[in-house]
Amino acid sequence: MTDYINIGKNKEKVDALALAAGEPLFADDFALKDPLHIAFLYSPHAHAKIKSIDTVEAESMPGVALVLTYKNTPRVLYTSAGQSHPEPSPYDMYMFDEKVRFVGDRVALVAAESEEIAKEAVKKIKVEYEMLPALFDIEEAEKDGAPVLHDGEEHVMIPSAIYRPEKNLAARIAFLYGDSQKGFEEADFVQEATYYTHIASHCALETHVTKATFDHYGRLVLITSTQVPFHARRIVSNILGIPLGKIRVIKPRIGGGFGSKQEVLLEPYVALVAWRTKRPAQIVTSREEYFVSGRTRHAMRSRIKMGVKNDGTIVAMEIDDLMNAGAYGPHGPTVLANTGAKVLPLFNKIENVSFYADCVYTNLPVGGAYRGYGATQGFFGLNQHIDHITRLLGIDMAEFVKKWHIKTGETSEVFKAIGEGKTGHEQVVTSCKLSECIDEAARVIGWKEKRGAKRKEGDKCYGVGMAVATQGSGIPLIDMGGAHIKMNEDGSFNLYVGATDIGTGSDTVLAQIAAETLKVPSEKIIVLSSDTDLTPYDVGAYASSTTYVSGNAVKRCAQKVAERIMEVASEMLECPREELTLGVEEVSHVKSGRSLSFKDVAYYAFYAKNQFQIEESASFVSPVSPFPFCATFAEVEVDIKTGIVRPLKVVTAMDCGNVLNPKLAEGQVEGAVLNGVSFSLCEEYLFDEKGKMKNPSFWDYKVYKTTDLPEIVTILVPSFEEYGPYGAKSVGEVAINTPGPAIANAIYDAVGIRMYDLPMTPERVLKAIKEKGVG
Amino acid sequence: MSNIEVTITVNGTKHRLMVGPKERLLDTLRERLHLTGTKEGCGVGECGACTVILDGEAVHSCLILTAQADGSEVITVEGLEKEGQLHPLQEAFIKHHAVQCGFCTPGMLMSAKALIDKNPNPTREEIKTAIEGNLCRCTGYEQIIEAIESATRALESR
Repeated sequence: MTDYINIGKNKEKVDALALAAGEPLFADDFALKDPLHIAFLYSPHAHAKIKSIDTVEAESMPGVALVLTYKNTPRVLYTSAGQSHPEPSPYDMYMFDEKVRFVGDRVALVAAESEEIAKEAVKKIKVEYEMLPALFDIEEAEKDGAPVLHDGEEHVMIPSAIYRPEKNLAARIAFLYGDSQKGFEEADFVQEATYYTHIASHCALETHVTKATFDHYGRLVLITSTQVPFHARRIVSNILGIPLGKIRVIKPRIGGGFGSKQEVLLEPYVALVAWRTKRPAQIVTSREEYFVSGRTRHAMRSRIKMGVKNDGTIVAMEIDDLMNAGAYGPHGPTVLANTGAKVLPLFNKIENVSFYADCVYTNLPVGGAYRGYGATQGFFGLNQHIDHITRLLGIDMAEFVKKWHIKTGETSEVFKAIGEGKTGHEQVVTSCKLSECIDEAARVIGWKEKRGAKRKEGDKCYGVGMAVATQGSGIPLIDMGGAHIKMNEDGSFNLYVGATDIGTGSDTVLAQIAAETLKVPSEKIIVLSSDTDLTPYDVGAYASSTTYVSGNAVKRCAQKVAERIMEVASEMLECPREELTLGVEEVSHVKSGRSLSFKDVAYYAFYAKNQFQIEESASFVSPVSPFPFCATFAEVEVDIKTGIVRPLKVVTAMDCGNVLNPKLAEGQVEGAVLNGVSFSLCEEYLFDEKGKMKNPSFWDYKVYKTTDLPEIVTILVPSFEEYGPYGAKSVGEVAINTPGPAIANAIYDAVGIRMYDLPMTPERVLKAIKEKGVG
Repeated sequence: MSNIEVTITVNGTKHRLMVGPKERLLDTLRERLHLTGTKEGCGVGECGACTVILDGEAVHSCLILTAQADGSEVITVEGLEKEGQLHPLQEAFIKHHAVQCGFCTPGMLMSAKALIDKNPNPTREEIKTAIEGNLCRCTGYEQIIEAIESATRALESR
């Protein structure tokens, strides 16, 4: 049992005090001097060409500094996806185009002395549109004669997926091993079903905010609510043709991201306004803009076919996914890949697998990164399918999953075949406590007693269901993070990381890792993160990479600093380095009984002899992506008269390796779980027949509030991941994948109805109940 | 339309201001008084990020015109701290890890304060109802509710 001084401790978040005090820490809390305010003109049409656009009246309004349209902005194709270069998303957007592709697409912008003037001027922009037929149905997208969204342009696409914009195909990924046809023939029975997951919003409480100003060298400084400061810098530079070295991006505190801010959404516009006018500029978007013109979860249709033997062996599996990119394709190919890459390996003993997936353009709001990133969509179908076949077999699903899931030491054909941008990479699971997670959560929910009990009280039926999932810890061979540590005379250390804390607490956890390695309490670490001028590079907060990738960089860096400290101590004590031991804030020489405090060492290094600054840097990129695992068991109450599904208790057991900060890890799980619950039961984009979102506000886009809460139980089931810093794996995403299918499976347990379609609103549940003739 | 003179006491300090007729209390607090702790999350009174206490009641400051608040007393998150000492609610939020991104935190704190000022011993259900109008996407609410419960116990024992 290791005696950690920081690891495994519930250290308070380094920013908690300032946040609780309401300190000005968020992008909109920084006041620029006389900024220009930006407002956008959005398209009222789902699909149209701009025949003419007249900005004369807008431009001549008093207080208007600049009006931008396709006529006076760089004609540079890009992707807004915040991903490593070369971004594995189609370059299919211009800042402004001569065509609009969804209701909410950007047509023009006005920069003016006040938000009010900017919005008034936007109304004065006259646009003549030539209407085009619109495409909303993913099943129609690739057919002959379907409206083509991205026609006549040169596109750039990294060859990690097939790209055919003339067929509205944003990405195609196919993968197979074995012979699934033969497998189906050998099976005792075949189960096929189609599942639908839907478009949803991250609903980060802070909308998109970007501000631009200048430093005293005349360089552009962007203060922006982003998960990807380094990608933002590079992409803004590429689009606008401003040298990258003349741009600084600072991430302040962020009011939530969840993937919505893994996007270079507004930075190019604000940067261009500032660069052209040589004045500070800003935009603070509204909630409606966040819903409609931001990014969403990709909707998906997933057809799953399994060939099963009566002894429970799944001999063949065919997955055919069709995903909705929306009007543009950022993250399309990679989210698509994940629906296979994260889902298929969980049941690695299936010998014949075929995975075929298309992502298509439609004239709807744009899909992007959203916590779970394809795994959420894939696991909804897979877990329900397993629930169904185990019922047909007369086997307990919990026992089935425990038997067949991938175990420590095992691999899957999928790892090598499907990656996120590059091809995949062979891996072996190096830590997995999924069976233990299942046992723990099953026990807490009362699985054995409640499953199949068909408890009914009046119109209310009760049932329990389960689901399992995995995710990753960063993208192998792509995600890289750097760290720099310098020592101060008093024995404190500055830790500089590019890693992006978006509310997750990564500043805190990385401080704990550095502190543990240096053998100091974490309060001695001063963290500065996510400033492209001051901190080393980091891909940013996504793919559950921070604890594992950035954490390993921090650990390596701290190890090097510890070595420097030992070397100085060795010079001071005039003894060999090998005879010294690192203790808590001290170096000791057991042989002679002498010791030096860190303060002694630092003062010597700075002032006494052979002076130098004790500091080191390190980076980390990983050939593997260790898998976290979780199991969620849910108990629901279904009212057969109203169709209302109330989740009563949702128990999640999580294996995220060795837990570095239990309270922070629990917080991640609870947030993800409630999001998954809310997503699957009540969140929904409603569109009219012209493709306009009818409910872009919290009035009628419903998210769970406190009075909706089920009892949420989180159980941490630690394992030890040999590749992770102090044994840790990721925890940020995986728990969003399980609540939806666990609840769907619980509904089946309660009323015998399988819900194939999300969200499971009272209307849909009631319709299914009536069709089945329940009650 | 011309500006209106308004007298409003914020966190104990009286201000006499000229405000626009359409100016929201949220904007006055953030932009005129530079009290940026209060946040805007939706602008339609549905998310609670803009919650402040107005004459003892928790209100959505995005729905209050400053002109309506003439002669009123407002408390914002900046007013919780007294002489460098955090309010027990703030201490509890920190201790119980109820702060993740922190954007909902000021609103949560004000709703909680409004509750315990009237009801020093709320049940868990009463706490949930008091912060029903405060959305949080990060925490799943559990740690926030625990923090408020803990703060009420701390205040009780004083």
